[in-house]
Amino acid sequence: MAITMTESAAERVQSFLLSRGKGLGIRLAVKTSGCSGMAYVLEFADAAEAEDQVFEDHGVTVIVDPKSLAYLDGTELDYGKEGLNEGFKFNNPNEKAACGCGESFTV
Amino acid sequence: MALLQLSEPGQSEAPHQRKLAAGIDLGTTNSLVASVRSGVAETLPDEQGRSILPSVVRYSAEGVQVGHAAKAAAAADPHNTIASVKRLMGRGIKDIKSLAGRLPYLFAQQESAVPRIHTAGGDVTPVEVSAEILRVLAARARDTLGGELEGVVVTVPAYFDDAQRQATKDAAKLAGLKVLRLLNEPTAAAVAYGLDTGSDGLHAIYDLGGGTFDISLLRLHRGVFEVLSTGGDSALGGDDFDRAVAEWILTQAGVREADPKILRALMRDACAAKETLTQAERAELDIQLPDGQRWQGALSRAQFDALIDPLIKKTIVACRRALRDAGVKPEEIQDVVMVGGSTRVPRVREQVGEFFRTEPLVSIDPDQVVAVGAALQADVLAGNKPDDEMLLLDVNPLSLGIETMGGLTEKIIPRNTTIPVARAQEFTTFKDGQTAMAVHVLQGERELVADNRSLARFELRGIPPMVAGAARIRVTYTVDADGLLQVEAEEQTSGTRAAIEVKPSYGLTDGEIEGMLKDSIAHARDDLEARRLAEQKVEAARTEEALRAALAADGDALLSPEERSRVETQLQRLADTARGADPKAIEQGIEALEQACEFYVQRRMDSSVRNAMAGRSVEEFEQ
Repeated sequence: MAITMTESAAERVQSFLLSRGKGLGIRLAVKTSGCSGMAYVLEFADAAEAEDQVFEDHGVTVIVDPKSLAYLDGTELDYGKEGLNEGFKFNNPNEKAACGCGESFTV
Repeated sequence: MALLQLSEPGQSEAPHQRKLAAGIDLGTTNSLVASVRSGVAETLPDEQGRSILPSVVRYSAEGVQVGHAAKAAAAADPHNTIASVKRLMGRGIKDIKSLAGRLPYLFAQQESAVPRIHTAGGDVTPVEVSAEILRVLAARARDTLGGELEGVVVTVPAYFDDAQRQATKDAAKLAGLKVLRLLNEPTAAAVAYGLDTGSDGLHAIYDLGGGTFDISLLRLHRGVFEVLSTGGDSALGGDDFDRAVAEWILTQAGVREADPKILRALMRDACAAKETLTQAERAELDIQLPDGQRWQGALSRAQFDALIDPLIKKTIVACRRALRDAGVKPEEIQDVVMVGGSTRVPRVREQVGEFFRTEPLVSIDPDQVVAVGAALQADVLAGNKPDDEMLLLDVNPLSLGIETMGGLTEKIIPRNTTIPVARAQEFTTFKDGQTAMAVHVLQGERELVADNRSLARFELRGIPPMVAGAARIRVTYTVDADGLLQVEAEEQTSGTRAAIEVKPSYGLTDGEIEGMLKDSIAHARDDLEARRLAEQKVEAARTEEALRAALAADGDALLSPEERSRVETQLQRLADTARGADPKAIEQGIEALEQACEFYVQRRMDSSVRNAMAGRSVEEFEQ
């Protein structure tokens, strides 16, 4: 079981953490909402709970709760640009379909 | 798939519920847009990586150009290329006449109060020109953030009056944007540095741009920034630094006359030298002269400083004046925020630091700091932050009311109501057949109109003629988050409406507000008496009015000459009492008159029933 991230994603996370001035790392999760089942959650993390799984890649701490991990296992977090827009991408092998806008997905 | 941004813990939005918001610095020379992404407020660059959009719009038969392309065409097409339109916002034809001599535009001749600039693409208003700039920035924000904007915060100079603020809002509306709030530029700069989350105190915002200088003193009190004083020079900026350097070069090179083309090139070289000198101690110069030869030389930091010192001195004089206006000493200022590209000049920082006796804040790009502050505020207003985080909450400092009969003030929005707020109240007509009503908007805590501050007057016309008291006129007071008051009066049955907008706190100092409050407490008893008296006078006038109307209609038909003279004597007696100052006596006078006229009222009712039934059969009334 693992979550990984690309180097560009790690760099961005680190620079965001630096300008935020605090934080242990980031938290990845899924929640049930949106137009196609599940939605990704990507947040700054200030603390890890006892049951959380903690990963580290490229020097960035990634925290995932066990329930979400079932949906996220094998996910690679990437950072990319689409025109003027830039942001994080979940390359999730479990994802079967996404809604048109890509903001939610099903497994 | 969609690109995601990092959120604060627990603040992840559900899909399609992200609230995108942007801050826009709509500047005289340049404009910028910024937004908060992954917790960081940054300006948003265009495809070429440029954050700055020159506030220049060019109109041609083919269409509209905004920004760099328009600016590049300015020299070749001055009539159709509009720059510095911000100076025209909210101004009437008269205000502009004084500016027009210096502007290359052709103003369309016409009646309307709003100036229209004649261009190859048609006549345009300053609001329309600004809307073009906002449209480009908003499109950039939409493309960058990947969605529709929930709303924007647009910054305006602290000294902008109501009309200028309203014009800015209108421009945003025209560009299809929802304005979450207008934010004062100095406040935005202070917010960018997080001063709003610090302790209460005084801050100075020193804003030296390309062509304008503004100094603003702000007081932070319980999370709300208040502008204590503003000052500046609308014709002083970095361009003047360039000019000083260019003139120095001309003197050094022994050139007396130069054509505009050479001068423009020289200004560019001077500007480059200025920028070099922010880092280096020396700038090398290689200048094209009118006679085709070149001049080579160097400008040292010390020489440059000497050239611009008189200009910096002017800004310091304005700072001193602003301090004096606010009654503050330089050492009371906690922080000085540097805004505007010209504050990169080391000599400027040094002199400002010396004057305020504090190290100026310069860590945020001075060209971007206002937009960054606006973006932070937009993020909060769009609802992307927990509620307890900063929200520049405002209250209206004094009650807003309306004049009613007898010179009384009826409060519609009481003081200390948090804004934005809207309140409505219904009023009616006083006389039969009244077709217009004057609405007098007042501010203050006192009972009598004469003791309060008059903000505005307008008339609602076209009320359908009805008997007194039958018309229903709904008056709505709306104060928005920017402190703009809109008053609207609408006659409910006919839908006739009229409205006016004002800025209530405009021109009122803290001291005056405090004075108005103290007066209202000191005069509470007098005011109560005054109100009772005024109310009785109105009641007396109403009774007299009704009786006179009745006498004129059927007095001779229903009353004998003696009866009529008795009624009139009693009427005169009340009129005399009502001129006095005893509310009790007037109240009794009204009662006495009503008693004396009872028989007449009875006869009138009988006669009107008779008239109504005349010529009809009983069956008709039984249906």
